[in-house]
Amino acid sequence: MSEKKGLLKRLAEGQVWTSIFRGGGVPKSRRQRMMVVLNSVFLHLHPVRLPKHAVKLKFTWCMGGLSFFLFLILTISGILLMFYYRPTIEYAYTDIIDLAEQVPFGIMREIHRWGAHAMVITVWLHMFRVFMTGSYKPPREFNWAIGVILLLLTLLLSFTGYLLPWDQLAIWAITVGSNMARATPFIGSEGPGAALLAIGDINFVTMASDIRFALIGGRFLGEATLLRFYVLHCIGLPFIIMIFMAVHFWRIRKDGGISTPV
Amino acid sequence: MEAFKHLIDTLSKPTILVSFTFIIFFFVFPPTDWFEKWHKKLKFDGLWSVKSFWIITALLVGFFVTGLSDPDFRSIMLKPDNVPIAGLIFLVFFFTWLSMHQAYNNDKLIDAGKPVDEQYDAPNDKVLVWPDLVYIELITIILFSAFMLVWSIGLPAPLEEPANPSESPNPAKAPWYFLGLQEMLVYFDPWMAGVVLPSLIIVGLMAIPYLDNNKEGSGYYSFKNRKLSIAIFMFGWLVLWNLLIVIGTVLRGPNWNFFGPFEFWDSHKIEALTNINLSEFVYVKWLSTGLPGNILIREIWGMILLLGYFMILPPLLAKTWLKNLFERLGVARYSLFIVLILAALTLPIKMYLRWMFNLKYIISIPEYFFNF
Repeated sequence: MSEKKGLLKRLAEGQVWTSIFRGGGVPKSRRQRMMVVLNSVFLHLHPVRLPKHAVKLKFTWCMGGLSFFLFLILTISGILLMFYYRPTIEYAYTDIIDLAEQVPFGIMREIHRWGAHAMVITVWLHMFRVFMTGSYKPPREFNWAIGVILLLLTLLLSFTGYLLPWDQLAIWAITVGSNMARATPFIGSEGPGAALLAIGDINFVTMASDIRFALIGGRFLGEATLLRFYVLHCIGLPFIIMIFMAVHFWRIRKDGGISTPV
Repeated sequence: MEAFKHLIDTLSKPTILVSFTFIIFFFVFPPTDWFEKWHKKLKFDGLWSVKSFWIITALLVGFFVTGLSDPDFRSIMLKPDNVPIAGLIFLVFFFTWLSMHQAYNNDKLIDAGKPVDEQYDAPNDKVLVWPDLVYIELITIILFSAFMLVWSIGLPAPLEEPANPSESPNPAKAPWYFLGLQEMLVYFDPWMAGVVLPSLIIVGLMAIPYLDNNKEGSGYYSFKNRKLSIAIFMFGWLVLWNLLIVIGTVLRGPNWNFFGPFEFWDSHKIEALTNINLSEFVYVKWLSTGLPGNILIREIWGMILLLGYFMILPPLLAKTWLKNLFERLGVARYSLFIVLILAALTLPIKMYLRWMFNLKYIISIPEYFFNF
C-alpha cells in the first residue's frame, strides 16, 4: 500500500526542512503560495498579490529592483575589497595593483567599479520610469522625495569611491569636484558672502576652516582626504543610504504598492 | 568619409548642436496644443512607432561602428571610464522610446474610449508574487549577474599613473555623471555651477509631486493628459542633464576647448576669447566713461536685470502667458514653480549671451567672489 517516496520529497517533509520553510513541501496550492511570501522576511518586501501589469517588464523596466541588486553586489564586492585595500597614500595604489595581479580571478574591483557605474544608470532610469508612469502623484509624493535623496546618495557613494585608487584619474577628478566646495556661498572661503563673516580683519571662513577643509580634511588633497573618503564610502554613506532604502521600500507598500490606474 | 566626419564635427559644435536641440525639442515633446498641432503636421508622432525605433537604432549603431574606425573617436569612446556613456546614449534612447511608445498607445486607447493597457479588473486580474514575480526576479538576477561578469572579465577597471599632485592632466575631468555640472562651469562661476544649481536640481526634483497637481495619468504611461509636465521633465532630463554630460565627456578636450568627435585633441588649439562683463558693456563700450569705482554703481545694471528677471517677470507672466497655469497652481505652487524654471533657464540664456555677445558676467563683484 505505502508509496515509495523519493529522497527529495522525504527531505522536504522532514523536521529540518519544515522548521526552516513553514508550510511543508513545494508550495502548490494558492494558500501555500501566499504563505511562502507571508512567512519569509525577504519575500515580505513584496505584497502577496500584484496587479498583472506590475510583473510586466515593459511596465517596470525592473530598474528599481536592479538598483537594489546592484547595491547588494557592491556591498559584497566592497567588503571583499576591504580585505586587500589599505587607505593610506603609501599603500592605496599598490594595493589596487595587487588586486589585479596577485589575487586569483581578481575581478572584484572590476565588478565593483562597473557595478557602481551601472547603479548610477539604473537609478536614473528608475526615476525616469517612475516619472513617465506618473507614479509620483498622491499618495506617493513623499516616497518620490525619498527616492531623490537615494539618487543623491548613490552619486555621493560613487564620487567618494572614485578617490580610493589614488591614481591620477582619482585625485584630479576629486580635485575638480572638491574645488567647487570652496565656492559655496558663506561657508566656502571663495564663496560669495564669506568675506562678510568677519570681525574687523579677522575672517572666520578661511582656507583652513571652510566647508572644503571639512570635506577633504586639510587644505590640500592628502592622507586625511583619503581616510575621510574611505570612511564615508565604506561606513558613513552606506549606513545613511540603508536607512533611506528601508523607508523607501516600506513606503512603497504603505502607499498602496506599485502604482495602478485609478 | 572625411567630408562626413568634418560635417559631424561641425554639426556637433555646442552652438549648432544645442540650438538645433532647443528649436526641435518642443515640437518633439509638445507642451501645449499649439506645439502639438505642429508636432502632428511635422509627423514627429511617427517617432515612437516600432519602425522608427529600428531606423534610429540602426543609425546609432551604424554611427558608432563606422565611427570606431576613426582613431580620435576610438580613443574617446573606448576610454574605460567613458564606456558607461556609450551605454547611456543607447539606454536613454531606448527607454525614452519605450515609454513614449506605450504612452502614445494608451493615448489612442483613451481617445477610443477604451481602458488603458495597465487597467486591470481588481481583484480578478491579480497574480501571485510566488511564483509569477519571483521567477522573473530570479531570471533577471541571473542574466544581470552574467552580464556583470562578462563586462568585468572583458574590460579591466581603469587605473592610471599613481597620483601626482604636481602634474595635472589636461583636461582634468570629474566623474562622467558630474560632467554636466562641469560643463556649466563654462558659463557660470563654481558657486552657481557646483553648489547653487545642483542644490536647485535636488530641490526641484523633490518638489515635482507637490507642484504637479494634475491628477490625470497616475499609474500608466500617457502623454496627452500630462503634456506640460512631461515636456518640462524631458527638457531637464534629456537636454540639460544627459546632453550636457555627453558634451562634457565626448566634446571637451584640453583646456576645456571644444573638439568634434572625430577631431584630434590638440592641446595647443587656441580659441581667442575676450569675454567681457555687462558693466564693461555699459560703461566702457556704450558710455565710454570707464568703470566707476563704486561697486554698487558699477553693477547696478546687472542687479536691475536680475531682480527684474526673478521678481517682475513671474507676476508679469502670471497675468499674461501663464494665466491659466497660475490659476491652476495657485500662488504658492506657481511661485516655486516659476522660480525653479527661471533658474533652470539661466543656463541656456547665459549660453546664448556668451555665444552672441561674449558676455561673461551679468553681475561681477570679484571683491566678494560674487559673479553671476
